[in-house]
Amino acid sequence: MKRSPQGLAAAAALLLLAGCGIDVQSVLTPRGTQAGQIANLAWIVFAFGAAVLTLVMAAVWAAIRGSSRLRGALAQDRTIVVLGLIFPAVTLTLLLGYGVWLMRIQLAPSASTDTFHIEVTGEQWWWRVAYGGAGIASANEIRIPVGRPVHFTLKASDVIHSFWVPSLGGKVDMIPGRTTAARLTAEREGIYRGQCAEYCGGPHALMAFEVVALPSAEYDAWLAREAAPARVPSSAQEQRGQSLFIAAGCGACHAVRGTAAAGTIGPDLTHLGGRRSVGIDTMPLTAENMTRFIANSQHVKPGNQMPEFRIFSADEHAALAAYLLSLR
Amino acid sequence: MTDVAERRLAGHPNKLPRPKGELEALEKAWELPQGWRIISAVNNTVIGYFYVGAALLFFLLAGILALLMRLQLAVPSNTFLSQETYNQIFTMHGTVMMFLFAVPVVEAMGVLLLPQMLGARDLPFPRLSAFAFWAYFVGGLIFFATLFFDLAPSGGWFMYPPLTSTQYSPGMGADFWLLGIGFIEISAIAGAVELIVGVLRTRAPGMTLDRMPMFAWTMLIFAGMIVFAFPAVILATMLLELERAFGWPFFIPQKGGDALLWQHLFWFFGHPEVYIIFLPAAGMVSMIVPTMARTPLAGYRLIVVALIATGFFSFGLWVHHIFTTGIPAMSLGFFSAASMAVAIPSGIQVYSWIATIAAGRLRWSTPSLFVLGFLFIFTLGGLTGVMVAMVPFDWQAHDTYFIVAHLHYVLVGGMVFPLFAAFYYWAPAFSRRALSERFGKATFWLMFTGFNVAFFPMHISGLMGMPRRVYTYPEVMEWGVLNMISTVGAFLFAAGVLVFLIDLVRNLRPTVTEPIGNVWNASSLEWMHNHVYGPRSVPLVESRDPLWDQPGLSEESKAGRHYLPGTVTGVRETIVTSPIEAVPQALLRLPGYGWTPILAAVFTAGFFMLLTVKATALALLSGMLAVVAILIWMWESDPKPLPRAEIGHGIKVPTYVSGSLSHSWWAMVVLLLVAGSLYLAYVFSYLYLWTVSPQVWPKPAQSPALSWPIIAALLLAASSGLILWAGRTLPANFRNRLAFCVLIGSAIVALVGGLAIEVFAQWRMGIRPDADAHAAMIYMASFLQLELTLALVVMAGFAIARSIAGLLNRRRRVVYDNLGLLWHYTVLQGLFGLLLVHGFPRLVG
Repeated sequence: MKRSPQGLAAAAALLLLAGCGIDVQSVLTPRGTQAGQIANLAWIVFAFGAAVLTLVMAAVWAAIRGSSRLRGALAQDRTIVVLGLIFPAVTLTLLLGYGVWLMRIQLAPSASTDTFHIEVTGEQWWWRVAYGGAGIASANEIRIPVGRPVHFTLKASDVIHSFWVPSLGGKVDMIPGRTTAARLTAEREGIYRGQCAEYCGGPHALMAFEVVALPSAEYDAWLAREAAPARVPSSAQEQRGQSLFIAAGCGACHAVRGTAAAGTIGPDLTHLGGRRSVGIDTMPLTAENMTRFIANSQHVKPGNQMPEFRIFSADEHAALAAYLLSLR
Repeated sequence: MTDVAERRLAGHPNKLPRPKGELEALEKAWELPQGWRIISAVNNTVIGYFYVGAALLFFLLAGILALLMRLQLAVPSNTFLSQETYNQIFTMHGTVMMFLFAVPVVEAMGVLLLPQMLGARDLPFPRLSAFAFWAYFVGGLIFFATLFFDLAPSGGWFMYPPLTSTQYSPGMGADFWLLGIGFIEISAIAGAVELIVGVLRTRAPGMTLDRMPMFAWTMLIFAGMIVFAFPAVILATMLLELERAFGWPFFIPQKGGDALLWQHLFWFFGHPEVYIIFLPAAGMVSMIVPTMARTPLAGYRLIVVALIATGFFSFGLWVHHIFTTGIPAMSLGFFSAASMAVAIPSGIQVYSWIATIAAGRLRWSTPSLFVLGFLFIFTLGGLTGVMVAMVPFDWQAHDTYFIVAHLHYVLVGGMVFPLFAAFYYWAPAFSRRALSERFGKATFWLMFTGFNVAFFPMHISGLMGMPRRVYTYPEVMEWGVLNMISTVGAFLFAAGVLVFLIDLVRNLRPTVTEPIGNVWNASSLEWMHNHVYGPRSVPLVESRDPLWDQPGLSEESKAGRHYLPGTVTGVRETIVTSPIEAVPQALLRLPGYGWTPILAAVFTAGFFMLLTVKATALALLSGMLAVVAILIWMWESDPKPLPRAEIGHGIKVPTYVSGSLSHSWWAMVVLLLVAGSLYLAYVFSYLYLWTVSPQVWPKPAQSPALSWPIIAALLLAASSGLILWAGRTLPANFRNRLAFCVLIGSAIVALVGGLAIEVFAQWRMGIRPDADAHAAMIYMASFLQLELTLALVVMAGFAIARSIAGLLNRRRRVVYDNLGLLWHYTVLQGLFGLLLVHGFPRLVG
């Protein structure tokens, strides 16, 4: 088969989309180092649990229907002590050792000099992201390099949230007034879904995000683009969109670096156009969805802090959407 | 038991025939109020029926909420319930199940079963249990009704701040939870007092601790755990309500507070809470299995040790609920180890039950089926518990549907299944008709199948990434199929409950005269002929399985050959016995029916609920009416000493005892343990906040000068001295009555003065409780002191009134003794508080 560019693109898209469904937010299909270690532990304890449950139910059955010799043995005080105290004490100690050993590994400071730092702050009901030492501001979609440990500094600005990407590792709570941390290393390219895992009121159910893991070189290029100020609008429609953006006061809450819009109450929109979704992570970034969110955000994400903007005509909506999508 | 005691007790059964009118007098003393006035009843059988019924009602209500939740979650992106409605419903489902069903229902089974099981005629404080029940019932109904007014809380059953602080939960919902549930906790504590004193002091003669039914052991440990665990959540509730109402910033990080403080306090309660729920159910299983297997319980002493170990260990596990909060590794490791260790005592119990079945011949019946179902479900739940005790696994499973599965497996498996076994098992002891075995088997299979179909898939959806407390989920996650299966299972389970309800309506005929009786040939005393007053005469117990090992006991008791075949003083009575050997020590006169408990409960509920809706004047009025009702109730207590009474078997005991022999002294000591636990939780919170926010702890120059707390301390100590002195003036003659009143009055002044000086000293320095977390903690010490001081002012006034009326003297001194106990504790608490608040900042500053 001849390798066509379209074919390759399709294969790449398929690869990215392959994360959909069962695999994308699953503890048992790990794609990161920490998740992998935990998944191994999980299978071992599942096996242990199944074995013990079988043992107990077999003992119950034997007690009811077993031979008189077997029942006589089960009725002994000694059997109670052996099965109910000694056996669990030994097996649980072994499991405990394994669990504590793995816990210490995952909590130990990274020996790697290659660690990349990202700060994530939980907000009701979105994710404030800042990349690297310079704190390049972004929101909701998090991109990380494959194969490098990423150190997440976690904060919360209002109530308690929890940062959780199951395919990559365990969750860590984000507590106002405190700073916590998580270390995750993606082992392959892909898109992994995360979700807030501490009830934070309102649309907590919709507070999810995607983590996009890119190969190192691609990642560095992306980060450089992300650090740059916003793309200047090129078409007339986009420019109209930008004036509407400023005139409607969007800049009071949203920042678009390189323009007058410098608000920090809401998500940074400087490179919104390069993200996969808008509003909630399951709403793909299209002009139609952008309009939907601006005009009807309370229907999409009830209770969120952005008011509905019903002040625009269809044309104006189109211009706004074009501008925002252009911010790649 | 010593030989002397054995010889004293045994061998002198009462002569027959019994005197004419003896049985009639007994029945007259115990007669019930007629018709609707039954609500003024206080005896344990009627209150037990009400209590179990109310708890079942809340089970059904919270279960319907669960069905609504399952309908919403059956398909992705569903719009059956709005976001806000769902958030209120899941909050209420958890809160109602945990606080209004799980703990009350096992407490209710204790109220209903224990006295008869122990050979007592009633609980030691019947009006207290009536008060506790009505407070719980009225408060619970009002709390549940908030759902219909869109006023229900929506912060989750665990109510974490800052989400539940005023800023992020501005409505009244959170206050309904805090004030409503907070006050229902009073019910649980009243129950705990009742049970501890009942189990330790009112057992049948000869029922040593070593012969006590296992259910009594579990209720004793259950009550002890409530005493030490509930105060932590009561303190947390107080702190959060003070923060919401007055801005005292305990949990607000910007002012030195910490959101994690709530989590520590809540889970220090929350973990023992689940064992509080499980242990009585295990006790019920320990009663049912031997009967069904027709052989004594195997490993009795092992089980007792296991129960005590479970109770004790369960206080050392709480951090496993907060493994994901960034706590340091050493702490995590300790709590992980403790969480796994607690599985061991449970293992001992499970294998003891298996050993009992193996030693006997299990009879197939509905109770047996539910017990087997319990063994499967609870073991599975316990094993997933071992999994999440491993910290890295918990970091994935926490706050997902894996935990929802785990908790339901252990709670439904560990409590609901034994509870249903218990209903089918004990129905013949309380009803004129037994429940139907046919319906019972259908109920069991529907519930067992429905439960597993509903909850097993949640292990999987949780591991597939589905978090908890989500009102919906997107289709793309492919959680839809598992959720639909869970929903179907939930309705199957509900169908089983429905079949049970139909059976109840068709067959259950609660009676206080002759129930069907011992259809299972069980061995414990509640299976003797059962009236509202228990057995005709309280039997002398000589074995763990009295109805098996003491042939003819039931007939002898019915003929009046044992203790208290009638009523010695003409009123309701039971025997007070020693805690370990159960040697008779006194005759306890018990109150009959009356209106003060239910009125006090309604007005107390009114006080808390009206406060929640900010109708302060009405709330205060309701509160005062509650106090009036309680004073009338107390005035009718403490009957006068009578001559020594012959209780049967040729034994005479006093009719009035004081000091540590008095059952009310024991109750007061338990209350002091509760108060002490509450204060310890406060001390923990104080020190904890200091470790988090040392910067808001003042320098010595900002604190009041030392002379202030020294004066306050001297006043407090003086008040104690005055109380002690007053005790010496007790003999009744007019001059000494005056001296007593003056001394008590002066003590009140000194006590209040000590508190007032402390508050004034802080206020004078410009320290305001809403300034920062440390200032709030300072005033919190005084707030806790104020609560006890107010109670003491009322109690002291009461003592003065009793003295003036000639009802308090050197012999009849229980009112004074109890006042003294609480007083000296309050003074000690106050002194410690002064030391902490004034000394600690100077120590670290």
